[in-house]
Amino acid sequence: MTTDGAKAGTTPEDAGKALQKQLLAEYYHSLSDEGRNGRKVAYLFVPGNVIELVRCFDMLPVYPEINALQCGIKKVAGELILQAENLGYSSDVCGYVKNDIGLMLSDRMSPFGQLPKPDLLVCNYSGCNTFVKWFEALAHFYGAELFVLDIPYLRERSPSTEDITYVVSQLEELANVCARVSGVPFDRDRLRHVLELSAKAERLWVEVLHTAQGRPSPFDAYFEAVFYMAPLNILRGTEGCVEYYRLLLEELRARSAENRGPIPEEKFRVVIEGPPPWPHFRSFWELFKRWGVCAVASTYSKVGGLFDQGIYHDPSRPLESIAEYAMNSYTNWNLGLRLDLLKRYAKEYNADAVVIHSTKSCRSFSVGQADFRDALTKEEGLPTLMVESDLADPRYYSEAQIKNRIDAFFESLTHRRLVGA
Amino acid sequence: MENPREAVIGKEFDEIVSVARDLSLDRDLSAVREWKAAKPGRIAIGAFPVYVPTELIQAAGALPVWLFGGGGAIDISHADSRIQSFVCSISRSTLELGLRGHLRVLDGVVFPSVCDVARNLSGVWARNFPAMFMEFLHLPQNRESESAIAYLVAEYRRLLGGLERITGCPLEEDALRNAIRSHNENRVAAAALLDLRRTTPWALDAWENYALLHGGAALEREEHTRLLRTAFEAARRRERKPKDRVRVLVLGAFCEQPPLELVRTIEEAGCYILEDDLLQGLHWFRNPIPADGDPLSALATAYVRHSPPSSVSHYRGTPRQDLLVQRCRELGAAGVVFCTAKFCEPALYDQVLYKERLEAAQVPYVHIEFEEKMSAFDTTRTQVETFVESILFE
Repeated sequence: MTTDGAKAGTTPEDAGKALQKQLLAEYYHSLSDEGRNGRKVAYLFVPGNVIELVRCFDMLPVYPEINALQCGIKKVAGELILQAENLGYSSDVCGYVKNDIGLMLSDRMSPFGQLPKPDLLVCNYSGCNTFVKWFEALAHFYGAELFVLDIPYLRERSPSTEDITYVVSQLEELANVCARVSGVPFDRDRLRHVLELSAKAERLWVEVLHTAQGRPSPFDAYFEAVFYMAPLNILRGTEGCVEYYRLLLEELRARSAENRGPIPEEKFRVVIEGPPPWPHFRSFWELFKRWGVCAVASTYSKVGGLFDQGIYHDPSRPLESIAEYAMNSYTNWNLGLRLDLLKRYAKEYNADAVVIHSTKSCRSFSVGQADFRDALTKEEGLPTLMVESDLADPRYYSEAQIKNRIDAFFESLTHRRLVGA
Repeated sequence: MENPREAVIGKEFDEIVSVARDLSLDRDLSAVREWKAAKPGRIAIGAFPVYVPTELIQAAGALPVWLFGGGGAIDISHADSRIQSFVCSISRSTLELGLRGHLRVLDGVVFPSVCDVARNLSGVWARNFPAMFMEFLHLPQNRESESAIAYLVAEYRRLLGGLERITGCPLEEDALRNAIRSHNENRVAAAALLDLRRTTPWALDAWENYALLHGGAALEREEHTRLLRTAFEAARRRERKPKDRVRVLVLGAFCEQPPLELVRTIEEAGCYILEDDLLQGLHWFRNPIPADGDPLSALATAYVRHSPPSSVSHYRGTPRQDLLVQRCRELGAAGVVFCTAKFCEPALYDQVLYKERLEAAQVPYVHIEFEEKMSAFDTTRTQVETFVESILFE
């Protein structure tokens, strides 16, 4: 991997963007008929995923959640969801699942090309019960093998020895399944190397996140972070991924040095909890921008890993560190830990308020958020705004209603500032 | 309230059902209050559905109390400020019961892994009732893993550790063996009623069976077993003749419970319900759990190896939808009535797969969605009558 673009005088910003574009194009090409080159395909979920292990068997990862969010952004999710509902899926179940079923019914033609069928479904059951139901359905429809990697919920502050033993033992069993499906033997040295690359990218990503502590923040830690985190979720464990975060960090440091942020003037710093409304992503962002709101920390950008909480992959403890990583996905944390994290973010990033976007589809994220609001306002005195829509289903987004709530909230914050409250 | 054991002795079947019904409707858990009052220092622990090894709670000297929601008798107001409206009734009404003080008699609650809503409810519970013992039990979803049993033993030990802290007494293995025995006897008594329904469905209605089981949710197992046995004998004394009804299975209400009237409506619309998954946690195992040897290991092995097909427990073996078709054939059921709680994701996902498989096997089905507060059943009656007619006149 080179950084010729940066050296030739283009900004790191351009070089980073170009590299991400190139890496993702290569990734999607690898999934195509001509790009797969005989390699087997493993479907994975993002939270607590075991991409490092899967990579050791030359298997290509496909992330149905990422396909679903891309369909949301490209505004094709609504149609796909309807197809799944015609098959019998209820209007009350997760839009991501229905989007994926809709894709399956459409011969897997996505806005970024035709997706391959799964050879193996690796259900890394971390933080979301729907994952199990989702892949049980795919196993039924595709006739593909399903391995449920059971990741115990984080009931205490950290995983117990028994939890880790259980997950590690399953990882060994999964490695056997991967070797059988792919025909590639398990090479533990290769796993260590892949983990080393993951850890490098993770540490750079944490540095990226920390730049938002500056004032103004050089980037929006929600609306921009969701794009910045894509390589970490899709390409972790590769040289390209490390290089991308090196360039991104360089870019953000340059922005910080010039006091440049994502909006002309940073008036409010907020912590955002919950996934974005993908089908209305841009307009949702605009509703905040017009008030000079910048997200300085978010929980959604941690669904792929709570690296900033000191949880990194470790080549010296390969399977144990994968197990610890998987147990520490954000929605696998109990609500007490999640609430503490929100409070910590608000302090560490000097936030003025917390914004909660509650989504019907994702109960794992959303159930309990109303209680968060209660705790944040009453116990912490932190102004907290809660708005509701959905992450996938465009029918649940009511722009006028959401705008009213956002306007009223920031109007009141403005007023409080004026009167010095 | 009169002691249920005395209340049912020598009574006719209808009266026994009525006693059980009253117990199931008692939102203030008076039976639990009386049980606690009988001996100072007693504690009671709630168990949220679907499956909790209540043997552990009993072995710790506490009374396990199944929490099956508000049953439509409570308006949701306080809970709305804690959890959103797009979740099932049982989660909202259980929280409402707690916030209104109806569950103060409980010293703790155990939430097992069921779905994301119930799991997160455990966190809301912990924050809102800090004085109450709360434990979330992560039951293994990879039951084929070689380490699943060892993991579950450790998980049960963790729960026991918590229970020991609040009771102040270390657990004795014999107490656990006795708890396993009394739970086994209870399940045998419940199975006898179910067998009666399966073989001679006119002898016992599903709604009656439902009331008898539900009535035991807050009783000591031994006491409930006596109630079930008395009911069984009384049911056999009844002389009832077969009716021209269609034999069906009812599936989908394994966690949140439908109004009893809904079950009754399905039957009155022309169905014999041979089997259902109502109150599934109360009769989770079909076979007794060995009470000799290492009791914790026996309990964990039973869950990992012998759990019934369930939408909340993944199993890599024969898919649930195939097992459903097999079960229809074994029992001679002519169709399936899906009875699912509004917003219940595990049931709603599985239903798509069930329906597809039933269609391929040409087994008719009908789907009813319910909420705890459902009070009008005319539409359901018409829906089921049409379903029955379609089977009878096909």
